[in-house]
Amino acid sequence: MLRGLQLLLKVGRPLGNNKLGFISQIDVRCMAGSTSPKGTGTGEKPESKSFGLSLFRGQISADQVFPFPEVLTSEQKQTLQELVDPCAKFFEEQNDALKNDSLEKVEDSSMQGLREMGAFGLQVPQELGGLGLTNTQYARLVEIVGAHDLGVGITLGAHQSIGFKGILLFGNKEQKEKYLPDLAAGNKIAAFCLTEPSSGSDASSIRTRAVPSDDGKYYILNGSKIWISNGGLADVFTVFAQCPVKDDKTGEVKDKVTAFIVERGFGGVTNGPPEKKMGIKASNTAEVYYEDVKIPAENVLGGLGNGFKVAMNILNNGRFGMAAALSGTMKYCIKKAVDHASNRTQFGKKIESFGAIQEKIARMTILQYVTESMAYMISANMDQGSTEFQIEAAISKIFASESAWYCADEAIQILGGMGYMKETGVERVLRDIRIFRIFEGTNDILRLFIALTGIQYAGSQLKELQKALSNPAANLGLLVGAGAKRAKRLVGMSTGNVSLSPYVHSDLASAGDKTAKAIDSFGQTVEDLLMKYNKRIIDEQFILKRLADAAIDIYGMVAVLSRASLSLNNKYISATHEATICNVWCSEAADRIKTNLTQATDPNAKKIFDSLAIISKEAVGAGGVFHRHVLGF
Amino acid sequence: MSGLRILVGCKRVIDYAVKIRVKPDKSGVVTDGVKHSMNPFDEIAVEEAVRLKEKKIVSEVIAVSCGPPQCQEVLRTAMAMGADRAIHIEVDAKTYEESVQPLHVAKVLSKIAQEEKADIVMTGKQAIDDDANQTAQMVASLLNWPQATFASKLEKVDDGFKVTREIDGGLENIKVKLPAVISADLRLNEPRYATLPNIMKAKKKPLVKKTLADFGVDLKPRQKVLKVEEPPTRQAGSKLGSVEELVQKLRDAGLVPS
Repeated sequence: MLRGLQLLLKVGRPLGNNKLGFISQIDVRCMAGSTSPKGTGTGEKPESKSFGLSLFRGQISADQVFPFPEVLTSEQKQTLQELVDPCAKFFEEQNDALKNDSLEKVEDSSMQGLREMGAFGLQVPQELGGLGLTNTQYARLVEIVGAHDLGVGITLGAHQSIGFKGILLFGNKEQKEKYLPDLAAGNKIAAFCLTEPSSGSDASSIRTRAVPSDDGKYYILNGSKIWISNGGLADVFTVFAQCPVKDDKTGEVKDKVTAFIVERGFGGVTNGPPEKKMGIKASNTAEVYYEDVKIPAENVLGGLGNGFKVAMNILNNGRFGMAAALSGTMKYCIKKAVDHASNRTQFGKKIESFGAIQEKIARMTILQYVTESMAYMISANMDQGSTEFQIEAAISKIFASESAWYCADEAIQILGGMGYMKETGVERVLRDIRIFRIFEGTNDILRLFIALTGIQYAGSQLKELQKALSNPAANLGLLVGAGAKRAKRLVGMSTGNVSLSPYVHSDLASAGDKTAKAIDSFGQTVEDLLMKYNKRIIDEQFILKRLADAAIDIYGMVAVLSRASLSLNNKYISATHEATICNVWCSEAADRIKTNLTQATDPNAKKIFDSLAIISKEAVGAGGVFHRHVLGF
Repeated sequence: MSGLRILVGCKRVIDYAVKIRVKPDKSGVVTDGVKHSMNPFDEIAVEEAVRLKEKKIVSEVIAVSCGPPQCQEVLRTAMAMGADRAIHIEVDAKTYEESVQPLHVAKVLSKIAQEEKADIVMTGKQAIDDDANQTAQMVASLLNWPQATFASKLEKVDDGFKVTREIDGGLENIKVKLPAVISADLRLNEPRYATLPNIMKAKKKPLVKKTLADFGVDLKPRQKVLKVEEPPTRQAGSKLGSVEELVQKLRDAGLVPS
């Protein structure tokens, strides 16, 4: 990450000049950029339909969020309905999550059942042996997996959400026809190999290298990868490696990351023993070694030197699935907690009647509602063909993983001693979901990604303004508009173009106003920060984190406003319940946003950040705590 | 291929896992917004039919369901399990709940059996909603075919089946000649899961929609439902200290002579 940021500084690109150039040097594992297949960053697109991007300009891009996108045709919906029951039945009756956890592998019978179920090829086209599901249909099924067994979830996800997703997204016809049928049937398992011992969040530093053979027919791959999910099971690997690539313009040969499809059968592919982990024990995690592996030249995936783009897109396309799976996990936790709270009597009353428990159950419910709304909003956007959902996808991954942690933790708290016992089946969930805040882009890096991607988008507009300033006469309209907007903000008025009232149900009007206000002040804060720091903003991680937190809250507000409005408009049975959830969420989020945005620009907050940095430095200097023991020894 | 054709009745019922609630006016049970699925005994019948096909004893399995549009889901499940095609006799939800009785369904099934030249009609021994246990028997009577109800094992013999039946006090082995009506008991088999790929394939299998009028079946009720009530809640038991106490209690209740 740091390296990437510094690289960016060295390159010294003005903000907003080249969207992908800005990001591409930064860790791709975490920082998926634009998913547009053609998005090579040429030509600035000034207006994005992405709500997340527009937010950083203080604008509402309603297209993708209002009304709540409903993309399933009635036939797709019916198909999905037919798939849900048998899938749930399988996990309820055939798969044993506790047993998988203690065996530290998915039972053979379960693996076989999953193969027969078709679970290994959910999104592979039907003509290639898969089920050909849309993202939304996929989300609904992984939600079931997430509710029952995350170890199985990771086995399936590492296989199809990242393992062979590259072939699905970037593979040519021959590659697809050769690999997808066996992968979809689960006869062969896939894995995604990016992380290396010395390359985690900073993925541009990978050392695994592939060199073309003299006759040009092969690439010889050497290197090693760690913490590879399915690493010990896989037959087909999507491997990222440095590869010498000749620049067409300069003729210079430079190492560039390239994606390869590597078969175990090529020879020279070995793996270490399964790692002992905190959770998701049933899933296999192992080191994978490549020693003089001969990869046929036609197994380059997505073009020479395009490895970053391939990796970015794969990860970016998979994040919504995590949010969907975890929304299922959260439902499970809530059910466990509610079952206990409504049956357990203490002090002569069911414990669900106590405020201390009610707050927990309510908060768990709200978080599940927000997560579910985000997951299905994004999957719908993707199904609509959106290519700019990177901010939203990152938000959903962060939000889902942290909310799920909260839910599992509070479920255990409500269950008390029972919750701590293995047989209750919640401690496993807590162990399983811890990794979700770490893998596929740590939440910390993703927060920076959200803030920086957004700021860059906002910066490009600012740059237009600067350009306009150099020729004011010709751009009077633009300048007056911007100037007036700023002036209005300075006197605390709404800028007028930020309103959600056309989109939200009247019962949610006040929550809608709060959200509009939050969006407006968010845009203002970004503008202020850009004025103050310009491109140095990328070094201000304390501030970027707060900006990201505010963005996450705002996206959550919009997602639930949209969904609750839909329910109210359609008079769904739970509409009033949802409206209550929405109102509570928006009120509390508005307060948090206010705090975060204030801290982002407030000099006093800045002092605290500086102090925090000093405390950390001193602790690091002391190799642990620096402060003298209270007793002196 | 043998050329035998088997017709399987698939009733859509409230899912076995749902807690049943009686309507306040006691006219029936609440079905709105309640999860439904295929009657488990019918599922066993479908499974057996599919197995007979896999053993090449029969060549075609036709699933039939009578009821509201959602019955198609049940038929799709049957086809995902392996039925070749399906016939849905659509009856709107209100009419279905108020008027359709086993005799009506039996008439429909027997008509279809004749039209389709079926050799075997198979159903579950009863549906888990009304537990009527009448349809198979009525079909046999209407067609004047032999019947083998409560089958727990089927074996093909020359011109028919050897059927093991679960009866009070043990098992009974009978032989039926084809054509015949068979109803499936719980232990006949364990139905397979409909896998996702098979569910997708089932969407391409033909499903024909018909109405009761197509079969000339009138819905004149032969029975009248007076009222539907919750079963009485079980009274709490109590622990007794000795046999004497137990005998005394039984005597008091008039259950043993005093």
